[in-house]
Amino acid sequence: MHGTDGISTAPAPVAGREFKVDYITRVEGEGSLVLRVQDGQVAEARLKIFEAPRYFERLVVGRTGDEVIDIVARICGICPIAYQMTATHAFEDLYGVEVAPAVRALRRLLYCGEYIQSHALHVFMLHAPDFLGYPSVLAMAGDHRPVVEQGLAIKRLGNRLISTLGGRSVHPISVRVGGFSRAPRRGDLDGVRADLDEAVEMARATVALVASWDPPQFNHAQPLVALRHPREYPYNDGRIVSTDGIDLAPGAWSEAFEEHHVEGSNALHARTRDGRAYQLGPTARIALDADQLHPIAAEALAATGLADEIRTNVHRSIVARAVELLGACADARDLIDGYREPSAPRAPWTPRAGVAAWSTEAPRGLLHHRYEVDDDGHVTAAQIVPPTSQNQEAIEADLAAFAPSVLDLPHAEATHRLEMLVRAYDPCISCATHFLDLRIVGPGRGWALR
Amino acid sequence: MPTVAARPRLRVGIVKMASCDGCQLTLLDLEDELLPLAERFEIVEFPEASSVRSAGPYDVLLVEGSISTPDQATEIVELRKQAKRLVTIGACANHGGIQALRNWSDHDAFRAAVYAHPEYVASLAQSVPVSELVTVDAELNGCPISPDQLRELLVSVSVGRRPQIREESVCLACKRRSVVCVMVSQGIPCLGPVTQSGCGALCPRFGRGCYGCYGPKEQANAVSLARAFAWTGRQDAEVARLFAGFTGWSGTFRSVAAAYGGPPGVIPYAVPAEPKGGPDDARD
Repeated sequence: MHGTDGISTAPAPVAGREFKVDYITRVEGEGSLVLRVQDGQVAEARLKIFEAPRYFERLVVGRTGDEVIDIVARICGICPIAYQMTATHAFEDLYGVEVAPAVRALRRLLYCGEYIQSHALHVFMLHAPDFLGYPSVLAMAGDHRPVVEQGLAIKRLGNRLISTLGGRSVHPISVRVGGFSRAPRRGDLDGVRADLDEAVEMARATVALVASWDPPQFNHAQPLVALRHPREYPYNDGRIVSTDGIDLAPGAWSEAFEEHHVEGSNALHARTRDGRAYQLGPTARIALDADQLHPIAAEALAATGLADEIRTNVHRSIVARAVELLGACADARDLIDGYREPSAPRAPWTPRAGVAAWSTEAPRGLLHHRYEVDDDGHVTAAQIVPPTSQNQEAIEADLAAFAPSVLDLPHAEATHRLEMLVRAYDPCISCATHFLDLRIVGPGRGWALR
Repeated sequence: MPTVAARPRLRVGIVKMASCDGCQLTLLDLEDELLPLAERFEIVEFPEASSVRSAGPYDVLLVEGSISTPDQATEIVELRKQAKRLVTIGACANHGGIQALRNWSDHDAFRAAVYAHPEYVASLAQSVPVSELVTVDAELNGCPISPDQLRELLVSVSVGRRPQIREESVCLACKRRSVVCVMVSQGIPCLGPVTQSGCGALCPRFGRGCYGCYGPKEQANAVSLARAFAWTGRQDAEVARLFAGFTGWSGTFRSVAAAYGGPPGVIPYAVPAEPKGGPDDARD
């Protein structure tokens, strides 16, 4: 519900305590959290999604690959490029399209733009207020204006980069199966290139800044999953790997993971096939792809001395995100310096029947698409697995593990700390919602069992 | 810092219904103006960006998203009571959005296709524009909205004048920018002649046909454009899918899509029925 202050003031049940945030703010989309404690033990920890369902898997039925690219972008206004990229790679993989190296580089550059704007949005505008003690970035700007202005400047650059390649920063329009509807001229990139030098320096300073902010203490390792590519940071391409040995082609997600139906619920949650929660996103990528970080970003990460703590304290995700922000700025600079205009922006292709499946690394983590396609190239069935729905179980497991450390705090402060933990995942509830809704797990079920 | 006028700051709310968050993100994307705007307005409700909450009253309320659940239908009525001016932002709020494609289909069957337990999903039979439930004072078009038009709206309300937003088709934007017509020169079907501008002819500039995300221009002759597509060899299904897009539930585009057989992937109603408000006489 809009307008309520979010934190519930209802009295706790006599036999236990209940922490509720009816509307989690500073995340994309609408969700709430409930944590129930019984006799000092966490009985239930749940992230509830009440964002309206929009049925995207069904909306794309009957559509062509190019139409799918435009439609799935609308799953998320914050990370539309992740959806466009995953779909276009999936169809190209099925149709056997070889894209030109310059086009491949442009795709990486476009993805860098999304990392820059999305990570800058989260680091500075959504997450930083938690560390500095403000309800919003606008309130924070009064006392920390230079920090906010720096964040806005980096974010603006990410948006400019996207607009240069895709026409506009939200729901860009140039991505097509086979390439782009138009490739930029070399000169089109000059303006962005000139500003990237400064952006790299600002992002470098950002890493040091956010690493200096004290997070709540927390130590809880979870299995991590990300793409991994032998030669580059895995924005668009790589194999699906994990800290416990998974190694799969990007289209083979369903060999190791499945969407699980929780009893008494209509929500599908992703788990590993042996029933475990896992964590995606900057933390997982930094852990599994540290050697592919741009050297500038790797150096900044090393200087923080936090590479290990990032893995076990999700509140440190802001550092991982800042490192990736720096990496994306530096990668973008290199990609522009190496850019040669392709002879054709788009490779020709002919549709064929089969399964089009791929995964890319959205800013929030691994995003998987799978489309069944008929002879005419029309989708007959679709499965879209966004990062937040995969992270949901990890978030709830972290809530349960983190809760004991806040139980002695005043109720409002404890509730705030729990909400802050959810925010550390940068959840994108708009993304998750096309197949997620209310999840109800009875007290005593679920948590203690894992 | 002294402000231009001593008048009290307007209380602004930004809320969402069924949507992708991209239109409200456009506000945060006004990076250069964001901090000055925050000084000029009192942003009292904007849960995507702030933990400060207010249930009203609002001088100006921006609403993103379509109405697609029973809760939203109740909530928008309450929000309207709290808002002196209510402005809908984007294709979802103005026209029902891409999710309104489901309005063509049997809702129960559609829901069952995505959810294992459809009975738990609270969802209205249709995804509808905000204006079907409450009075709307102004609309910003687009999927997403234009940052320039959003800026103009905010500036105009802050000084108490009408927003000046150009009413013209994408074709005129192409002409003004000397973009070669993609339909004439390359035979690419383009909704530019019937679509409200505001994007600056974005798709034609990038070598694509317009896909209508700003919605139909007033008095657009969409029937004639559809006939032109058909004359140039496009099959009915292809014509229908062009119009059944992000603003496909707008009256103008909906009737053309219906006349050419409706969008792809429709699950027919269990009890045979025309989609509500989908007249079948738009072909001639």
